[in-house]
Amino acid sequence: MIVQFICRAIMLSVPLLYGSTGEIITEKSGHLNLGIPGIMYTGAISGVVGAFLYENACGNNADNMNPFLAIAIPFLCAVLGAMLMGLIYSFLTVTLHANQNVTGLAITTLGIGLGNFLGASLVNITKSELPSIALTKTSAFFAAKLPFADDLGWFGEIVFSHDFLTYLAIAIAIIASIVLNRTRVGLNLRSVGENPATADAAGINVIKYRYLATCIGSAVAGLGGLQYVISYASGVWSNDAFGDRGWMAIALVIFALWKPSMAILGSFVFGALCNANNYIQGLGTETQELFKMLPYIVTIVVLIITSMRKKREHQPPASLGINYFREER
Amino acid sequence: MENKVAIELKNITKTFGKVVANKDVNLTANRGEILSILGENGSGKTTLMNMISGIYFPDEGQIFIDGKEAVITSPKDAFSYKIGMIHQHFKLVDVFSAAENIVLGIEDGKYNLKNSTEEIKNISEQYGFDLEPDKKIYTMSVSEKQTVEIIKVLYRGADILILDEPTAVLTPQETEKLFAILRRMRDDGKCIIIITHKLHEVLSLSDRVSVLRKGEYVGTVNTKDTTEAELTEMMVGKKIDLNIQRNEPHDVKERLVVNNLTCVDREGATVLDNISFTAKSGEILGIAGIAGSGQRELLESIAGLQHLSSGEIFYFNPKTDEKENLRDKTPMQIRNLGVRLSFVPEDRLGMGLVGNMDIVDNMMLRSYTKGKSIFLKRKKPKDLALKIISDLEVVTPSAATPVRKLSGGNVQKVLVGREIAASPTVLMVAYPVRGLDINSSYMIYNLLNEQKEKGVAVIFVGEDLDVLIELCDRIMVIGSGQITGVVDGRNTTKEEIGLLMTKAKQKEE
Repeated sequence: MIVQFICRAIMLSVPLLYGSTGEIITEKSGHLNLGIPGIMYTGAISGVVGAFLYENACGNNADNMNPFLAIAIPFLCAVLGAMLMGLIYSFLTVTLHANQNVTGLAITTLGIGLGNFLGASLVNITKSELPSIALTKTSAFFAAKLPFADDLGWFGEIVFSHDFLTYLAIAIAIIASIVLNRTRVGLNLRSVGENPATADAAGINVIKYRYLATCIGSAVAGLGGLQYVISYASGVWSNDAFGDRGWMAIALVIFALWKPSMAILGSFVFGALCNANNYIQGLGTETQELFKMLPYIVTIVVLIITSMRKKREHQPPASLGINYFREER
Repeated sequence: MENKVAIELKNITKTFGKVVANKDVNLTANRGEILSILGENGSGKTTLMNMISGIYFPDEGQIFIDGKEAVITSPKDAFSYKIGMIHQHFKLVDVFSAAENIVLGIEDGKYNLKNSTEEIKNISEQYGFDLEPDKKIYTMSVSEKQTVEIIKVLYRGADILILDEPTAVLTPQETEKLFAILRRMRDDGKCIIIITHKLHEVLSLSDRVSVLRKGEYVGTVNTKDTTEAELTEMMVGKKIDLNIQRNEPHDVKERLVVNNLTCVDREGATVLDNISFTAKSGEILGIAGIAGSGQRELLESIAGLQHLSSGEIFYFNPKTDEKENLRDKTPMQIRNLGVRLSFVPEDRLGMGLVGNMDIVDNMMLRSYTKGKSIFLKRKKPKDLALKIISDLEVVTPSAATPVRKLSGGNVQKVLVGREIAASPTVLMVAYPVRGLDINSSYMIYNLLNEQKEKGVAVIFVGEDLDVLIELCDRIMVIGSGQITGVVDGRNTTKEEIGLLMTKAKQKEE
């Protein structure tokens, strides 16, 4: 049962990890993207639309589907859909200097509205009785496990039994960590988020870095949405099922102290907490609801603890949330 | 010896909206020389240099480097012409190490901090800098940060160095050290341009001086052929008496007695450490120290705006002859006793004035409790505003102009004028002449002297040691939150104060 609990926690943690890694990349450039919930939602629905169209084109028959395309199409759709939202956010905040918080919230509202609109439209097309779309065939392609996972007992199940989106999430977090801390690109990006005027004077293209960080961060976050629908929900899309995972991903950024490697641990903790109520015996329905509050309580506690922390390296990027005007004197 | 021309500006003009920052400026700087650009605040020195370093692009005119026309549209272009500028406000990333800041933005070769660190050490040795490449910027003193800035441009191979007010934040000893390094670079064949408004520095350091006034080029003279008086005249456009009148204090009585004041900031660092002193009526007490040594906290403690860990502040009320402890009082009660604080922060508007409100409304900020009616009465504040505008020659379209639209000097006049108008018994001013031109500065000094004559205890926190020595009766030096000495303004030297400024720091090491 413990093995099952851990596997489940990992699965739940993956959307959070994508979301917070994406948000860390963005925040390191100095932009606080509160549009992440909407962007993840857009990523999810874009992937769903892609998968839906491909399944239909193949006559809804798994035998006609090419495994590579079955994965690549939803994957690319999710990345592009999320990136487009990131692009809107960057255009508004970087180019037009709109307030980042307001823009972010608008993007969240837009993303969720768009997702629900497209979701409901798809339900309409299928003339389904249920208000959901099942993409079980695509989900099956995504769920392919490593062949030797079953031979290694509990160890195999915990470490190797996940789908590739899980490993990709961890890989992206590790790569992001290395890029941020050990490469010139990372140094430049961090300087843009800390002190854009300094970066500008050093000849770094602040606007380019902010656009790229936001768009790449959004694409990464969008994959979290895709993983939620295709893997966690086994390919079943229902409007609003995604919940507030986007907000938790943003809270996780603070928990992780803006370090992608810490986000791996943090997302696992959050995933475990989300899931704890299902694995504690003898809980009534009402106490279950209490347990479901755990991740949010932990978020609040973490916010209190981090606000007391004093080390300069653990602070958010110094220019987070502040737009950069060059001609300002 | 005829030096080779490194950089030549021809008919440079730059405007910001309607404001003409530079008009038809012509200038040359040679290799192997130190050129000073002299001018008052707002005369366009920094704007001009920003055009060489690629921050701004000139509206008209040409820049020639080594005789060839250069188009510099970005800091990157400037680097490619081997031009490096050290800005007045350091452009450093606080959480990065010195080495990371130095290599920031360089795009050739592999990213290898270890090799870079070696090279930084070589440069340091060559010119005599002290620098630990791995040290984080936020733990550094101002002079160390400046060193990082200078090495940053040298690392990029700059041979034309522009320094914007490099000594504004340094102690006299640090200044001497910097000058020695700059001379070494000059002898190495580099072209050094320093922007300044301090005459004695111009005279002691540079080979030639170019003077700007209100955005226009006035002329260039050889340092050895000129005098302080001539330069001032070029800079201001008229002859100015540079002496501050200082009368002997009379009717000196104890007004404020501060005992063992200790203050801890939010991060847990001790910002004021066991401070004890007395401020007397009828005298100006100067406070000298490196920026951020606790000056602000000290003044705020007296004004009731800081939480004190321990210590007492006694106020001798001249009306009742009673001794009162300010520690038990609210800021409002302290204000009503006549203790006035006028703090001019670096952004000038941060404390004391509300930028979006006009001059009249800013006057009312200090008197809003006086009215009894539920509606505002603007008559008296308006009269006061008009009086300040005419007395202090504030340049403003009208009293209804938002304060943020005024220039820095005029904002300061409004702020200081308002505090003085309340006929204080203790007047605390911090950096009141920050960014002001010479005329306005002297007007403020005269105002402070007038207050002193009236029997006010004036506490003056200043940056310019020359002014402190000329203006103040006593000068208290603080370093790292401690009082490191109190000297007599009439027979001290800059060197003595400079040593005291760094004394506390040395004790720690």
